[in-house]
Amino acid sequence: MSSKSNNNWWIWKVFWILLVVTAVEVVLGIIKPQYLIETKFLGTILLNHVFIVLTIIKAAYIVMIFMHLGDERPALQWTIILPAIILIPYLLFILLTEGGYTHFMRF
Amino acid sequence: MAEANNTDFGQAWKGGDKPFAASYGKLMMWFFLVTDALTFSGFLAAYGFSRFKYELSWPVPDEVFTHFPFFKGEYPLFFVALMTFILIMSSVTMVLAVNYGHKMKKKQVILWLSLTIIGGITFLGSQAWEWGHFIHGDKGAIITEEKEIIHLVNDEKEITSVYKFMGVDSYSKDRFSQMNYEQFVEKFKLQNKYKLKSSNKVILEHDDAVTLLESKGKDFVLGANLVKNEYGHALFADYFFFITGFHGFHVFSGVVLLIILLINVIANTYEKRGHYEMVEKIGLYWHFVDLVWVFVFTFFYLV
Repeated sequence: MSSKSNNNWWIWKVFWILLVVTAVEVVLGIIKPQYLIETKFLGTILLNHVFIVLTIIKAAYIVMIFMHLGDERPALQWTIILPAIILIPYLLFILLTEGGYTHFMRF
Repeated sequence: MAEANNTDFGQAWKGGDKPFAASYGKLMMWFFLVTDALTFSGFLAAYGFSRFKYELSWPVPDEVFTHFPFFKGEYPLFFVALMTFILIMSSVTMVLAVNYGHKMKKKQVILWLSLTIIGGITFLGSQAWEWGHFIHGDKGAIITEEKEIIHLVNDEKEITSVYKFMGVDSYSKDRFSQMNYEQFVEKFKLQNKYKLKSSNKVILEHDDAVTLLESKGKDFVLGANLVKNEYGHALFADYFFFITGFHGFHVFSGVVLLIILLINVIANTYEKRGHYEMVEKIGLYWHFVDLVWVFVFTFFYLV
């Protein structure tokens, strides 16, 4: 398909990246490497951190390339990215900490 | 004076009367998407809260979503992986439509938009199958008076179907009336190789299991609804229905928008307007739907 027009190659490149990353996630989810499951870090297994990093890589490709945010002015890029990268980790930090604490208090 | 102000303003923003050099419509779509992203983050963070709180009795996702249409046996993750692929694919066709829109190639826009709509409808169909399977249930479970979900396991500690144990066809219409809990307890007493698995994944040996069934056991749980489900903690199904349902509603809205868009493209609306920016704006929304699915896939099915 990419031979149809030369200036669409970047779309197919991102497509393959997303596909490969998803495939890696599924394979890791099925075989569950012993080391990644046994090592705990920040309240969860290392495998989950791998999943989260891979997901953020996919999200970055979708937002920056497919949604063309990479081509917008830096001021607009930061207007969109900053609320997300400040508020979401903040919310997660509070809710997950409290979730862990309520669990701890029940047992 | 006003003109001078305008030039200063234009210099400061470097976008003239278009702040950030993006049109009003595109900017508003971006702002909507930022708020929508925060909404979904709120849902997923709430899911995380409940999961941490009920860590022990939370179901393991890849023991729940194990089936693939038309195939017998268990294939964890494959079906959701396929759904992810369908949505990524429809995102690719959407970018292509946007790209040809920039070049004012109407026929190409129609082609790629149509493929995007097909992708969206296929995804919705897959989700309907997934919901149907989730609601119907798979192996069934037992619920105690304390609303704890207990699974039947064989001597290899694998979760076993209570239908099979009772010799009932799980797809027969009167499956609920055929499953008699008292009969189950009597039958269980005689079958030493079967054990039970408590909601916090502890295996109960046969004798302990019989004691539990007689003292606290209440009934079967077959399938899932908002009150109880056979997979584990009741909140698990609530979050599943709510988050995937809200995402599915976004996909549905996206498909409706895409169909309106396609009709407008065919009716030459954007040829007359001189640009295909509407394709770009709806495209932003469509990619966002894909983006949300990437996170739902990770936090619901993988983590």
